[in-house]
Amino acid sequence: MIKIIKYVITDILRNKIVLVYTLFLMASAFSVFGLEDNSSKGLLSLLNIILIVVPLVSIIFSAIYVYNSAEFIELLVSQPLKRKSIWLSIFSGLATSLLIAFIIGAGIPILIYQANGIGFTMLAVGILLSVIFVSIAMLATVKTRDKAKGIGAAIMLWLYFSLLFDGFVLFLLFQFADYPMEKPMIAVSALNPIDLSRILILLQLDVSAMMGYTGAVFKDFFGTYVGILFSLTILTLWIAIPVWYATRKFNTKDL
Amino acid sequence: MRKFLFIATCLFTTTVSAKTIHVGANRNYKNITAGIAAATSGDTVLVDAGLYREQKMTINKRIFLKGIDYPKLDGEKKFEIIAIKANGVIVEGFRIMHSGISSLEDISGIKVYDCNQVTIKNNILEDTFFGIYIQNGVNCTIENNLLTAQGGEEQQNANGIHCWKCDSMRIIGNKVSGHRDGIYFEFVKNSIIMRNTADKNIRYGLHFMFSNDDMYVGNVFRNNGSGVSVMFSKHIKMINNYFEENWGDAAHGILLKEISDGYMSGNHFSKNTSAIFMEGASRVYMKHNTFENNGWALKIQASCMEVVLEENNFIGNTFDVGTNGSLVQNTFNHNYWDKYEGYDLNKDKIGDIPYRPVSMFSMIVEKYPPAMILFRSFITALLDKTEKILPSITPENLKDNAPLMKKAF
Repeated sequence: MIKIIKYVITDILRNKIVLVYTLFLMASAFSVFGLEDNSSKGLLSLLNIILIVVPLVSIIFSAIYVYNSAEFIELLVSQPLKRKSIWLSIFSGLATSLLIAFIIGAGIPILIYQANGIGFTMLAVGILLSVIFVSIAMLATVKTRDKAKGIGAAIMLWLYFSLLFDGFVLFLLFQFADYPMEKPMIAVSALNPIDLSRILILLQLDVSAMMGYTGAVFKDFFGTYVGILFSLTILTLWIAIPVWYATRKFNTKDL
Repeated sequence: MRKFLFIATCLFTTTVSAKTIHVGANRNYKNITAGIAAATSGDTVLVDAGLYREQKMTINKRIFLKGIDYPKLDGEKKFEIIAIKANGVIVEGFRIMHSGISSLEDISGIKVYDCNQVTIKNNILEDTFFGIYIQNGVNCTIENNLLTAQGGEEQQNANGIHCWKCDSMRIIGNKVSGHRDGIYFEFVKNSIIMRNTADKNIRYGLHFMFSNDDMYVGNVFRNNGSGVSVMFSKHIKMINNYFEENWGDAAHGILLKEISDGYMSGNHFSKNTSAIFMEGASRVYMKHNTFENNGWALKIQASCMEVVLEENNFIGNTFDVGTNGSLVQNTFNHNYWDKYEGYDLNKDKIGDIPYRPVSMFSMIVEKYPPAMILFRSFITALLDKTEKILPSITPENLKDNAPLMKKAF
């Protein structure tokens, strides 16, 4: 299994795209911190990069990679190897290489300019999001055989999580304006890893605004150890469940 | 010669008449009440260090009551400690503690009844119901006192410095914490509040009601239950004060309700949920104030009119301005907004396009508070951008026509 992971990682690293992704993250993070006069504004711009670019790159790159290694996977399957370990090795290889890219690209600037609570939260959130979207991509690719359809599905999933879902939540809020929606909102936020990550960062970035009644409800929940544990568990589930389901599908898939 | 003798005699008699009375365990007078009884107008009563349990000491003649090394006056949680009922009394250097609690009698550490020119300075008040209570006083000074209460329930606790129906008061350099309101003014005019610190009070740091022509300068109001509240008053000047860390839904750096002809300058607002909340304010002029890292820098209700904001700095606030209607009768001019994205082609340091400080999302949050959970998400950023180009929900006239490109000061 470790051999396959090693092979996948070297294969991806030899592919220049991940290197470009690392450089892009690093360039944008450094410029964002360098251009703004106060580093908290820089953090805001970086927040957008982490919440939008990281999931996008993770999901699309992984989807394309899995489709492109279809022949390699077929070859491996013909060997005396468990299908489960093949699939998980590909997942781990992809996740590790994207993580390395993120940690080098965004981690170094964050540690230089913002080595505090917000910086570390951002780093943790970015790491989790990278892996979550690799995991979602694995699910998308195992479900469809057609390459164009699979990559299309990956893009749609990204669009859904980063844009449509929030629109839907906003619509829900308008419809149920007369009801106390604070607590249901916490539950709803668990349905979208990007939202959950954003809230975790928001609670540190906009403390003053969050002290209003609604914000206080969120803060009382997400600010406590129970809340942080809850968010981390949910985010881990967002990694585990798609991968688990995809592995199960792959086990019985007719290649 | 006879004239000279007469004058000399007069001088002699006056110097003799002002005597000093010592009170203490090893003195002739063992307790302060006896010392005061022996004194006549113009005398000094010096109190040695020690613990004195006396019930409602009443000062009814013009004396200077001074403690040496902070003698302790204990009210045993039953009594009012010092009652001043004569003009020109000075009380200095006591540690006054454990007054009784009664909302019926307004028991306080030191209470002044209908007097003028009373001075209360350098005292430490601990665990008193009301700290220093001035009722119907004129021209009194309250200086450098330290007032601490235990906090707790609002009913078990009263105001630190409470002035009711006063004129020409000077409240200078006091520190008040743990009381209901730090400093409370009702029907007080022509007074100054200077260099005081009010923090961790249960309700307001400073509470102003029906008090006209007053001024407060250089005070610090930090972490009070609901910040500072100024209501139903005219001609108030607020200069160089600090309003910090007043957090909560109903907490404001400063609440201005039914204020007219106010002047605010050089104030710092930082880390408040909403720095200024204005309701029914008219003709308030604000210049050179700094708003930093607040949730809302300014919540200005549509009931305000002729409020002018000039040359203020808005830095790092989550929302700059929030409002509840589309009617705008206020003026914003030459302010610095760190969120301004315009340009300055002719290099006169004034942005060429107006800045709209009310974002669409702040209007949405005003109406649907739970929407705060979507803050800084992609979709709200998108909505804000479209709203900036085609204003539909945000009030069209609420804008700064000449925003500054660099900080105003």
